[in-house]
Amino acid sequence: MEYAVLFLPLIGAILGFFLKYFGDIFSQIFTTLLVCITALLSFIIFYNGVFNETYGNYLIYEWITSGNFIVNWSINIDPLSSIMLVVVSFISALVHIYSIGYMDHDPNKARFMSYLSLFTFSMLALVVSDNFLQLFFGWEGVGLCSYLLIGFWYKKETANKAAIKAFIVNRVGDFGFAIGIFLIFVFFGTVNYSEVFQLVPEFSQKEIIFLGFNINLITLICVFLFIGAMGKSAQFLLHTWLPDAMEGPTPVSALIHAATMVTAGVFLVVRCSPLFEYSNFALAFVTVIGMITAIFAASVAIVQNDIKKIIAYSTCSQLGYMFFAAGVGAYHVAMFHLFTHAFFKALLFLGSGSVIHSLNDEQDIRNMGGIWRQMPFTWFAMIIGTLALTGFPFLSGYYSKDAIIEFAYLNGSNLGYFASSIGIITAFLTAIYSWRLIFMTFHGKFKNKNLSKTEIKDSSLTILFPLIILALCSVSSGFLFKDFLIGNNYENFWRDSLLIIKSFDHSQIPNWLLYTTPVLVTLSIPLSYYIYIKNNIYLEKIKTNYKPIYNFLLNKWYFDELYDYVFVNPIKKIGLFFWKSGDIKTIDKFGPDGVSKIIKIISKKTVKFQSGYIYDYAFVMLIALSLLLTFFIFYK
Amino acid sequence: MNFPILSSITFLPLIGALFVFLTRGENDEKNKGAIYVSVFTTLVNFFISLFLWFSFDNKTSNFQFVEEINWISGFIKFKFGIDGISILFIILTTFITPICIISCINSVKTRLKEFLIAILVLETFMIGVFCSLDLVIFYLFFEAGLIPMFLIIGIWGGPRKVYSAFKFFLFTLLGSVLMLVAIITIYWITGTTDVTKILQTGIPPEFQYLLWLAFFSSFAVKMPMWPVHTWLPDAHVEAPTPGSVILAAILLKMGGYGFLRFSVGLFPIASEYFTPLIFALSIIAIIYTSLVALMQDDMKKLIAYSSIAHMGFVTLGIFTFNKQGIEGSIIQMFSHGLISAALFLSIGVLYDRTHSRMIKSYGGLVHILPKYSFLFMVFALGTLGLPGTSGFVGEFLVLIGAFKVNFLVAILASIGVILAAAYILWLYKKVIFGKLENVQLQKIKDVNFSEGIMLGVLCFTVLLFGFYPEVLTETIKVSVDNLINNYKTEIAKTIIFK
Repeated sequence: MEYAVLFLPLIGAILGFFLKYFGDIFSQIFTTLLVCITALLSFIIFYNGVFNETYGNYLIYEWITSGNFIVNWSINIDPLSSIMLVVVSFISALVHIYSIGYMDHDPNKARFMSYLSLFTFSMLALVVSDNFLQLFFGWEGVGLCSYLLIGFWYKKETANKAAIKAFIVNRVGDFGFAIGIFLIFVFFGTVNYSEVFQLVPEFSQKEIIFLGFNINLITLICVFLFIGAMGKSAQFLLHTWLPDAMEGPTPVSALIHAATMVTAGVFLVVRCSPLFEYSNFALAFVTVIGMITAIFAASVAIVQNDIKKIIAYSTCSQLGYMFFAAGVGAYHVAMFHLFTHAFFKALLFLGSGSVIHSLNDEQDIRNMGGIWRQMPFTWFAMIIGTLALTGFPFLSGYYSKDAIIEFAYLNGSNLGYFASSIGIITAFLTAIYSWRLIFMTFHGKFKNKNLSKTEIKDSSLTILFPLIILALCSVSSGFLFKDFLIGNNYENFWRDSLLIIKSFDHSQIPNWLLYTTPVLVTLSIPLSYYIYIKNNIYLEKIKTNYKPIYNFLLNKWYFDELYDYVFVNPIKKIGLFFWKSGDIKTIDKFGPDGVSKIIKIISKKTVKFQSGYIYDYAFVMLIALSLLLTFFIFYK
Repeated sequence: MNFPILSSITFLPLIGALFVFLTRGENDEKNKGAIYVSVFTTLVNFFISLFLWFSFDNKTSNFQFVEEINWISGFIKFKFGIDGISILFIILTTFITPICIISCINSVKTRLKEFLIAILVLETFMIGVFCSLDLVIFYLFFEAGLIPMFLIIGIWGGPRKVYSAFKFFLFTLLGSVLMLVAIITIYWITGTTDVTKILQTGIPPEFQYLLWLAFFSSFAVKMPMWPVHTWLPDAHVEAPTPGSVILAAILLKMGGYGFLRFSVGLFPIASEYFTPLIFALSIIAIIYTSLVALMQDDMKKLIAYSSIAHMGFVTLGIFTFNKQGIEGSIIQMFSHGLISAALFLSIGVLYDRTHSRMIKSYGGLVHILPKYSFLFMVFALGTLGLPGTSGFVGEFLVLIGAFKVNFLVAILASIGVILAAAYILWLYKKVIFGKLENVQLQKIKDVNFSEGIMLGVLCFTVLLFGFYPEVLTETIKVSVDNLINNYKTEIAKTIIFK
């Protein structure tokens, strides 16, 4: 069964692609069916794990052995991987169903479904790995699928650019990740999780000299691993690819860039909790980056106009939450938020996809508005997703996000208090931009010029069905799983799959903290309704009065321009310089071309000696004779 | 004495070449016959070498299938033998050559018969290099390989073929002359040119440094290492597709093989002494040529520069003197042999159809060539070292090996991995994705049967060795162990002397 979970999507990806010769519908049904079975099996594995403790490690075969570097392909089922299995395969199954409806006009349906299944396979391989290298395989594999799917509409120049950008920015992260793995192997002699984690306490005080600096080994490893996580989870500094990745089809955004792949970074940090727990610096680093990302992305999301980009920045910001939860040592809470976030963020993306689909691929929210009566199901699903995202009381986001803020506070350090306050501010910003999205999209006046309002219909059943399921999950998942995942007896579930050294004392939470966020979130609904629907004048005033700030946010803090200026252009220039000045003008000029030129010149000169005149030869002989004589006179 | 299997695989192509020479008839008929004969010969050779691989004993590091014939009595012996390292190179050679010959059907339009003879003769020389256990014999094969390659570039090449052929010849000859001097010196010191005997007696440390440099100059040009790499892009650009394939897949590997067998094997002390030099040159090669590759507008040149960067990983790995590094560099060579061959073939597929190698004359090919795009994608991913392709295994092991020795070197080399992703994806995007704008392109057809077979087989092997590299590591394991142990004992000896 464990093998089936991993390999069914792969079979789907390969066979599903070739089934297109019988008709697209076959490959759609085939891939969807296999992923649905995978989802079902994941639930069974999860259930068996919780109630029958059937956790274990299943070897597939040896991958690389070179001296003491031994890596296996294997399936490792433990609480952490089993919950990830459920999230990944469940969302993936829904997205497969959704894609059948969403891609109905696309000529390359089989290819799309096949990529989706391939992605699911890579993601599952990442999740169930028992060593860092297989994790890296999955890590790069999902990166590849993300590249292929972002660039799925390859006619679009922007989509291609976004795809390459995503891959290369991720490569920068992977570079850090790989160095982390090298460090682990060189010092621990193994890349197997359980073996590495056993050795960690022994090495916790070890200092090494790294590029001239004396650094604690564990800290160094954690920081490099985290750089990998930053790339994949689009954290501050390496976040630039995620908004651009929205060029891909919407189901892709929902599956890859919201629910699963981007959370791989969080998963990595949680998986490595036995490492991170031994390095205070690394934890603080994770917290700070998480905090900055959370508030930065939320601030940018407020002014964006592309419906998918808003949600993308929102994802970025929510991932920041997860990271600072992990950074303050509350790994289980980070996982809980990952769990609930997967549902409501996939819901929001799929909902926005439904809107885009109905509006003939319109993505700008300034060209929408007032369509809630036309698309009641989508509207309702989006409302639920937004409520869950903003942390409206008793929906899933409420439990997970408030828990993060509480645990950050309970950390007891200054950084923890700071993180907690950033969390509250970000929660407020989140509510504002989320409701802005809802109001601009569904309420107010209808502003689209290309379509008449009566033409707009709600989407087909294959699109709506996943929305309904996800809406149900968004409402209930927090409430149902709260005690189980982050309750007082959380250890019963997580066992030794994550390590939390610090104990959190829940009795210390002040009451005002418990109420601040829900109150702010609830207040933000009428507030944003007022700003964005009732009275637009204030908004225009703010825009004109604070033009520089507005532009700063609208241009995403000018990160793309900065990176072009600092990295991309200089690298191009250096490359050109090396080629033209290095290879052609230096090496070739003084090397082969130079030598052949000199030989030509010399031979031209020597040719002149052979004039055929006796007196020429006599003259040369005379000179030679005199030179010889001089030599003998002076040196003998 | 057993059946001389090594001599047979070495000289079988030569016999094949003789038969190709004898083909007569009208042009078409003659060409067909020549192709059949050469495909048949090389395939038979491939199967014999596979048989060799199966009967190879990977438990011992001794040379196997040894053959010895006196040539010039008392001076030069004709001695063949293989160990775990050389057998992989032989397999690679016998595997790539038939593919090359099949690619001639589409790529070589003039004097096909003569071209096939050149390729077959070249195969003999290449296998000879990897089998030889006598320095003089090795030198003969090593140098003789130049001649057919020189002709392939000089006769069937592009517009600047003469310049490129001479550049290629001059560069390689420069190093080789020094190597010849070194071989004579070794004979003068030890009284023999038999590699196994020299390995036993060893070469006195005081001679090692100069000898090492002489061998280095030859292998560095072949590799090619920075700064003697500039012949490679020119040679690749001008060479016809099968020529580029052989050049990238096998000829470059002679340098790496030479480093392993001779530089490290015969001169351990000098090798250790010059390690910083090699590291520096490898790092420069990796970063410098990756950056240059980023700016190319000619597809073949881009791949040529990327080859240099990949060979940088190989030299880096060899001189880490640890298991991961050396095994990684051997796997890297093997996998680069497959991937670069595949990439040059892929470019050849386009060149045969449109006669342009410029990136800007393509774009949007995925609309008309879906199969081709898929195969090209796999090879591009292999180049950038995606886990699951053979490119990853080699690169990753080399980097691990390097990391054990020196953090800075390994980190700088890892930057090359990011750059590789940049240049190859950029190439892929420009050629395959986007809108189909060039009107000329609209008529071209997807890969035909023979191209499909060549690229398909390569694609399969790239993935196979990516997911299951054990096949390779099992074969080389003991030999690499032996190499490292020899090296370590020699180094230990000198420390005692001091």
